[in-house]
Amino acid sequence: MNEQTTQLILDSLGPLLRATVTTTIPLTLISFVLGLVLALGVALMRLSSVRVVSSLARIYVSLVRGTPLLLQLFIIYYGLPALGVRFDPFPAAVVAFTLNVGGYAAEVIRSAILSVPKGQWEAASTVGMGYVTTLRRVVLPQAVRTAIPPLSNTLISLVKDTSLASTIQVTELLRVAQEAAAPTYEFFALYGVAAVYYWVVCLVLSFVQARLEERQNRYVST
Amino acid sequence: MTEPTTPLMSAESAAPRPAPLVSVSGLAKSFGDHEVLRSIDFEVAPGSVTVLIGPSGSGKTTVLRSLNALDVADAGVVRIGEVEVDFAQRPVTRQQVATLRAQSGMVFQSHHLFPHLTVLANVTAGPVLAPRRDRAEVAEEARELLRLVGLEEKADAYPYQLSGGQQQRVGIARALAIKPKLMLFDEPTSALDPELVGEVLVVMKNLAAQGWTMVVVTHEIRFAQQVADQVLFMDGGVVVERGTPDEVLTRPRTERARQFLHRILDPLD
Repeated sequence: MNEQTTQLILDSLGPLLRATVTTTIPLTLISFVLGLVLALGVALMRLSSVRVVSSLARIYVSLVRGTPLLLQLFIIYYGLPALGVRFDPFPAAVVAFTLNVGGYAAEVIRSAILSVPKGQWEAASTVGMGYVTTLRRVVLPQAVRTAIPPLSNTLISLVKDTSLASTIQVTELLRVAQEAAAPTYEFFALYGVAAVYYWVVCLVLSFVQARLEERQNRYVST
Repeated sequence: MTEPTTPLMSAESAAPRPAPLVSVSGLAKSFGDHEVLRSIDFEVAPGSVTVLIGPSGSGKTTVLRSLNALDVADAGVVRIGEVEVDFAQRPVTRQQVATLRAQSGMVFQSHHLFPHLTVLANVTAGPVLAPRRDRAEVAEEARELLRLVGLEEKADAYPYQLSGGQQQRVGIARALAIKPKLMLFDEPTSALDPELVGEVLVVMKNLAAQGWTMVVVTHEIRFAQQVADQVLFMDGGVVVERGTPDEVLTRPRTERARQFLHRILDPLD
């Protein structure tokens, strides 16, 4: 590696870190949290005994999973203005990723809820809990344990999927790397730095996942 | 076969009886094509113990689960205290189910403790929901109940750290904690190792001695003999025999009851 390249890499460390911290991570976390809230709602709708409600949820999940994420981003950023709905790049990305996480995580949450034995619902109701209380105090706390590994997958995928937002003008990590590389043609070096940053973020999340799983195991025999 | 002239009341109980706490009449239930219950009638006097026995599939658990509407009967009337639900009148509302269910405490065969909560939190889980209940007071009552079932020192343990018998005793404390009018037991010892059965039956016997009204589905014939005031023998979704433990368990009138008792008392014979 020549001196020029080394200098370029060193110079890029700061701006790429800034893009990671100010854009990639917030975009990931905001979309994930909102997506989880949406997913819980969709999961409960899918579990509803009212046919129309569960069908709506089923269609939503099918659309999200059946179309490319990049296309979803394009529809929201480039397509919706035709209907008079205009987002700035960052909010557009948040909307797209939230809807996407909402679809995938809904299936995770639904199966986690179903993994809690029916007897837990019955026992809760015999001590006076209604649907919402049972869900909040009995079922979801147990479902979390089942859901952590697959939801961690969703989150870690999302970290990397946010790079797609570079295509709709969001100045996140990949975009900043592209912009730094373009004038110098040092693609390998700068994309390499970007890759390391993504990887480190994912490593940290894997570590958090392991800690969460450990915590959840406190009430089961191992 | 000759029918005794007064099958339901023996001479010594002919004195005026208090109004029954529980009345069940015309209870019927099918799962799909399978008719599980056909017109079940019985009453439970306050402070008495009713034991339901019978072969598996006879409907005894469904009877028990109809008393708190975990199984919603197709027809029939269940009354517990002042709360009456006529299951023939559809729809049975969520409110009706909740009100009926609040009358009884339920002990499940496989305890269904909340695994993510400590023993104490399992027992307080019901009472803390009541509006304006003081948490400290609820916790103190829960500890009192744990003392009653002999598990006070396990208050901070998680269910998985207990033996099967201890888990079931916590299940009893949890059911008692909602201060029900009666206690329902669904084969509370069937899932336990034999050496753990006794500790659970002793707790139940103590509850009976304290005057709790209890309906118990069990295969523990000796428990029924010692503790029951009334035994119902069920088969094929009907009550085939009813009476005192002595009448039903020692001198059964029907061949079906005789065979059943023979099978569980002398399984190798």
